[in-house]
Amino acid sequence: MKRIGIDVGGTNTDAALLDGERVIAAVKTFTTADVTSGVRSALSDLVARAGDAAHDVVAVMIGTTHYTNAVVERRNLGRAAAIRVSLPASASLIPFCDWPRDLAAKVNGGTYLVEGGHEFDGRPVVEMDERAVAEAARRIRADGIPAVAISATFSPLTAECEERAAEILRNEAPDVHVTLSSTLGRIGLLERENVALMNASLIGLARETTQAFVDAVAASGLNAQLYITQNDGTVVLAEAAREFPVFSFASGPTNSMRGAALLAGIEDAMVCDVGGTTADIGCLVRGFPREANNVVEVGGVRTLFRMPDLLSIAIGGGTIVQREPLAVGPQSVGYRLGQEALVFGGDTVTATDIAVASGLIDLGDKSRVAGLPGDFVRAALAQIHAAIAENVDRMKTDATEVPLLAVGGGAMLIPDTLPGISEVVHVPHHEVANAVGAAMAQISGETDRIYRDMDREDAIAAAREAAIAAAVEAGADAATIKVIDVEDLPLSYLPGRAIRTRVRVVGEARAVRPGAAA
Amino acid sequence: MTTLAQRTPSQARRALTAEDIEALAIGTWILGTGGGGDPYHKLLNLRMLYEAGHEVTLIDPMSLADDALVAILSNMGAPLVGQERLADPEFAMKPVRMMEEHLGRKFDAVMALEIGGGNGMHPMQVAALGGYPVVDADTMGRAYPEAQMTSVAVAGLRCFPLTMADIRDNEIVIPRAASWRWMERISRKACAEIGSVAATCKAPRTGAEVKQHGVLYTVSKAIELGTEVLAARAAHANPIDAVLKTARGKLMFTGKVTDVERRATEGFLRGKARIEGLNDNAGQTLTVHFQNEYSVAFLGEEPVVMTPDLICLLDSVSGDGIGTDVLRFGQRVSVLALPAPEVFLSAAGLAAVGPRAFGFDIDFTSVFKGEQA
Repeated sequence: MKRIGIDVGGTNTDAALLDGERVIAAVKTFTTADVTSGVRSALSDLVARAGDAAHDVVAVMIGTTHYTNAVVERRNLGRAAAIRVSLPASASLIPFCDWPRDLAAKVNGGTYLVEGGHEFDGRPVVEMDERAVAEAARRIRADGIPAVAISATFSPLTAECEERAAEILRNEAPDVHVTLSSTLGRIGLLERENVALMNASLIGLARETTQAFVDAVAASGLNAQLYITQNDGTVVLAEAAREFPVFSFASGPTNSMRGAALLAGIEDAMVCDVGGTTADIGCLVRGFPREANNVVEVGGVRTLFRMPDLLSIAIGGGTIVQREPLAVGPQSVGYRLGQEALVFGGDTVTATDIAVASGLIDLGDKSRVAGLPGDFVRAALAQIHAAIAENVDRMKTDATEVPLLAVGGGAMLIPDTLPGISEVVHVPHHEVANAVGAAMAQISGETDRIYRDMDREDAIAAAREAAIAAAVEAGADAATIKVIDVEDLPLSYLPGRAIRTRVRVVGEARAVRPGAAA
Repeated sequence: MTTLAQRTPSQARRALTAEDIEALAIGTWILGTGGGGDPYHKLLNLRMLYEAGHEVTLIDPMSLADDALVAILSNMGAPLVGQERLADPEFAMKPVRMMEEHLGRKFDAVMALEIGGGNGMHPMQVAALGGYPVVDADTMGRAYPEAQMTSVAVAGLRCFPLTMADIRDNEIVIPRAASWRWMERISRKACAEIGSVAATCKAPRTGAEVKQHGVLYTVSKAIELGTEVLAARAAHANPIDAVLKTARGKLMFTGKVTDVERRATEGFLRGKARIEGLNDNAGQTLTVHFQNEYSVAFLGEEPVVMTPDLICLLDSVSGDGIGTDVLRFGQRVSVLALPAPEVFLSAAGLAAVGPRAFGFDIDFTSVFKGEQA
């Protein structure tokens, strides 16, 4: 089965065509401001290069850092209102209270606190004030705010309040988009609400971007189903992804890691992806990135939801190296590498120049780094190697030696031997590992619900069936589905033997052409 | 008494700055020895109160009149619930008002039950909002999970009355209890009933009691710790060294967390963490047990540091405290021992908070044995 993976990064748009697990063709193009034309040209370059092989592509999987960049760069964000069902508790720390001020000023479309929410055992704190919710809905509508995030105390345990509030919203303000915090986050009201608010502020951009992708695929002439990659290494149908742009946060590094695993044929390893500005270090467990289970800041906002566990350090091909005194980074010339690095005719010493001077790679005009003193080059490289080695070890979780997969345009900066690493594996097509990772992404299905009066085994079995059904619904081939995560939590304080069960499954995309239904 | 030099603050009272509050949040988390709750929400509240023009005044305990009335404050309950029901200064104030009504007398000052973690910040909210001065002292010098584990309980002072406020219009007063343990049992049950988190005002103390039985100057100590950590970070120096020097601590171990086992039993978070050594400790393994707070650490099979000595697990790079609820694999940690408040080194003190109080059948040996704190 043939699939195309595309990774739309801040600088490059990469594309790869895979037949099964074999890379048939790959291209690297520049990202464009309008996204569509960049994706179009990457697709047409790829189709031209692949020739006849491109005709029976059944799926296009696109990953993008667009949403992360929007938050980080504070652009293309919509206004979002917050309705929090928590009173009489949590009144002093209102929504947006711990956001960076510039970002809050752009996004905050009003905050509404109403009575309601749940206790840790699911009981209502007080009866929800439905009239207050309706009143808030009317105000939000009158203010012309396009999206709202609804959060309620202990909603990950029971979403009753949030769902009822959403129903009221739909009646009072049918045009306002609604994000429920319970669909995104975990215990931790402030952080979960933050994720929901970010999602709400990205809804407009997500609609536009998804449409741009749909148009680009249509223009390519391919009769393929469009999927969007998520930050856990799986894909969902474009229509579903449009509702949850925050799940695309950090999908770029995730795709790189997954791509590296496929290209190397290794499923358990450390991965170091060295780009122009940063090196992202992560850990693959059975082919998937290990999940972070702590607070992760996005654009200065604390979040707690499904995110890959990544460590970014300021080492990349464009990292500026100072001579007196010796200092590597943290500044980078970034996308101006092609003009500013010594070997490309500029006058800034970059990590790329150090790599060329050390004979690690042959790039640009070598003679331009011949004058760098050997001591300086050796010391700078040693510092780069030490920083990478220390941070790889920081992300390692057990004492046994594991391989390290080296990917990205700056992969030559990774040392050949590192403590705790059995071997450093350089893989073919490493410069488009992210697109390969997107192409091989599997379709996921998940359930997270409370079962009552059931044995643990029966509850897990019921949850597994529901998760499989969700994955098949999203386009997975039922025969290939495997369970990747089972979590169960006995809720001893609830009556009638309650057990909260979360099951996540993945499967290959079905090798069927999208029909009229798509 | 405390481990800092026996200095008397130059002023009997001073206004804490916004910078002091930031430093306090770092210091209380270090002294929390893994418990007491993350101070983050209380720090957010205090930032907002300061922006609105409120301020906290810190007073020297020795300046208290013998008959002064001091409120002992804490937030009780499960840290997990605190993640969903956010700290609110208005509710922190409520049990203080209830106690004043119960006693028919206004408080002269407020004070923390425990300086460790969010509870070290808790009275600051009441002080800022209600205008009470905060006494530079607490009753633990750290954090502990239960009511009888305080300097005032060890001293045999009266354990009642206690007031507890719910976010709904429920007010609980326990006018009398037979012992600290009974007070713990009864108040714990009441707290669970109203959602497992509640602001409380514990048995009030007189100025004389605070001066004689409080753990003194712990607010200053926490602020100083936080200030030194922030200064070290700004100077790209090692924050761990700054903590060791400021608190006269000992570095017990440096390593990486490789396993964390947790279980929630009887309202406590119990478990242990395995730390594989790095640098000077390469090849060694430290196992740290916890019950809300870190209690005993074993190097191999050998107990090397135990309660009441403070066992602080700090992020090796930032110097931030790491709570038992957020400790996770891969973290680089420095394990520090800080000297126990003197009150806990007596027979009565060790009976309340020594290793046996946490289920370890070992005799207490201090890391600082034979040293004069």
